[in-house]
Amino acid sequence: MSTTKLRELAHSRTGDKGDTSNISVIAFRPEDYPRLLEALTVERVAAHFAELLGGDAARVRRYELPNVHALNFVLPGILKGGVTRSLALDAHGKALGAALLDIEV
Amino acid sequence: MKSLRIGSGAGYSGDRIEPAVELAEKGDLDYLVFECLAERTIALAQQARLSDPEAGFDPLLGERMRRVLPFVERGREEGQRRLRLISNMGAANPLAAAREVRRIAVELGLQGLKVTALTGDDVLAVLQADPGQLLDNGATLGSLGDRLISANAYLGAQGIVEALQADADVVITGRVADPSLFLAPQLFEFGWAEDDWTRLGRGTLVGHLLECAGQITGGYFADPGVKDVPDLARLGFPLAEVDAEGRAVVSKVAGSGGRIDTATCTEQMIYEVHDPAAYPTPDVTADFSGVSFSMVAANEVRAEGADGRARPQTLKVSVGYLDGWIGEGQISYGGPGAVARATLARDVVLERLHLTGVVFDDVRAELIGVDALHGSALGTRTTAEPWEVRLRVAARCADKAQAVRIGNEVETLYTNGPYGGGGATKGVRQVVAVASLLLPRDAVKVQVHLEDAS
Repeated sequence: MSTTKLRELAHSRTGDKGDTSNISVIAFRPEDYPRLLEALTVERVAAHFAELLGGDAARVRRYELPNVHALNFVLPGILKGGVTRSLALDAHGKALGAALLDIEV
Repeated sequence: MKSLRIGSGAGYSGDRIEPAVELAEKGDLDYLVFECLAERTIALAQQARLSDPEAGFDPLLGERMRRVLPFVERGREEGQRRLRLISNMGAANPLAAAREVRRIAVELGLQGLKVTALTGDDVLAVLQADPGQLLDNGATLGSLGDRLISANAYLGAQGIVEALQADADVVITGRVADPSLFLAPQLFEFGWAEDDWTRLGRGTLVGHLLECAGQITGGYFADPGVKDVPDLARLGFPLAEVDAEGRAVVSKVAGSGGRIDTATCTEQMIYEVHDPAAYPTPDVTADFSGVSFSMVAANEVRAEGADGRARPQTLKVSVGYLDGWIGEGQISYGGPGAVARATLARDVVLERLHLTGVVFDDVRAELIGVDALHGSALGTRTTAEPWEVRLRVAARCADKAQAVRIGNEVETLYTNGPYGGGGATKGVRQVVAVASLLLPRDAVKVQVHLEDAS
């Protein structure tokens, strides 16, 4: 299988609660969902965000939503204190999903 | 079968007002809901209330009410659908907010509107009686001392239902869980039992889809060439038509900008959700794992398959507290060599902060345009050198005077730093942080107040 950027197969949205970010990955076409399931392991996603996660890499979780051909990644700790006290430019992590779309699948 | 039309007039405190007016005017709505309280908003509002007992509610409350109350009045005329308003714009002071709504109604010449305020979410006094309680950040409540500002429980739908039973035209609340603002009119109109978990789960899905307003109609979505959104500038806000079984169709006013389809609905359903099979709210533990969406017509989407299980035994409480100061400075570099000069500037600022003994708990120094959003590993995936780049240095300090020095050390780069630094800015802000804890439901007493017509 040739390599493709995730952005060609799926779209994404990021939400925040406290210190935790969640990133949805939704296949444009239902038939690509199995490919996302296989390629986007928790380990791959944690490695993609390794620098931002630091010691929290092992806490990444993945939920599957086959009805809407989507995955939901939950990344505790990635917001480094959360919206209210983070020093980050993007304290909500709103831009994180776009970074995930650059991963190759 | 009776159905209910609920619109979403705001997704956050500062949201656009025009789409709410459009919904009130053309949405043929029964209810228009304004969700305006982010995690920290209530703590900031509490600070405002400390300096003025009549303050502490949403700064846009007055303007929003002036624009939509005339449509509430229109709904009281014969042959018109009755429109009622529900909002958490009361923030830290729902009673004063209700008085303000009343005052505006009188000013507009609207007689006999019933305005109610909901209180009971403020549990600061309850918590202060038990300073040993542990917050989710590991600190005890007592350790915050006089830095503690606010503590508000996330209320469920029940208090709003009581206000609607009292025939309220306008219901003003403080902290209520976002989807509960939308679940309440469904509970009231359809008479669902408070342990009818399946229908409560369905009604909560409707609330969750609507609560961020424009985020389901094409906001936070457009990606030109990949995901295009028509007429984003005139983005309309959503409404849902719900029946007594909790079946719902989400749409928007004809002619408004934006788009609603299965893609926008799916993004919003998963937004701020962790386990889709267990989304806890004060009313129900909602289960979105079996939800599916289908197009009914252009910009009309049917949502089905939500379920629910018993609600949590505890209520989440957001605790606001002062947590020092953040000082920040920025400066830009452009043209050939911009990244190297900004990198040198970053090193110089960090060294000067060290040499001058500035005391901070945490510091970040990053190049906007390179590594500020996603770090250097992702930020260097593209090899092209940006034409311009902006250095940003931010630090959190216990002491305001120390925080001020962060921005100063960036500003001095004008005359003490690399070639061609321009557009320096600096600032200091007090940190109002938020932590949470769980409180037994019976520790919270909800009260409905009628703001009299007098």
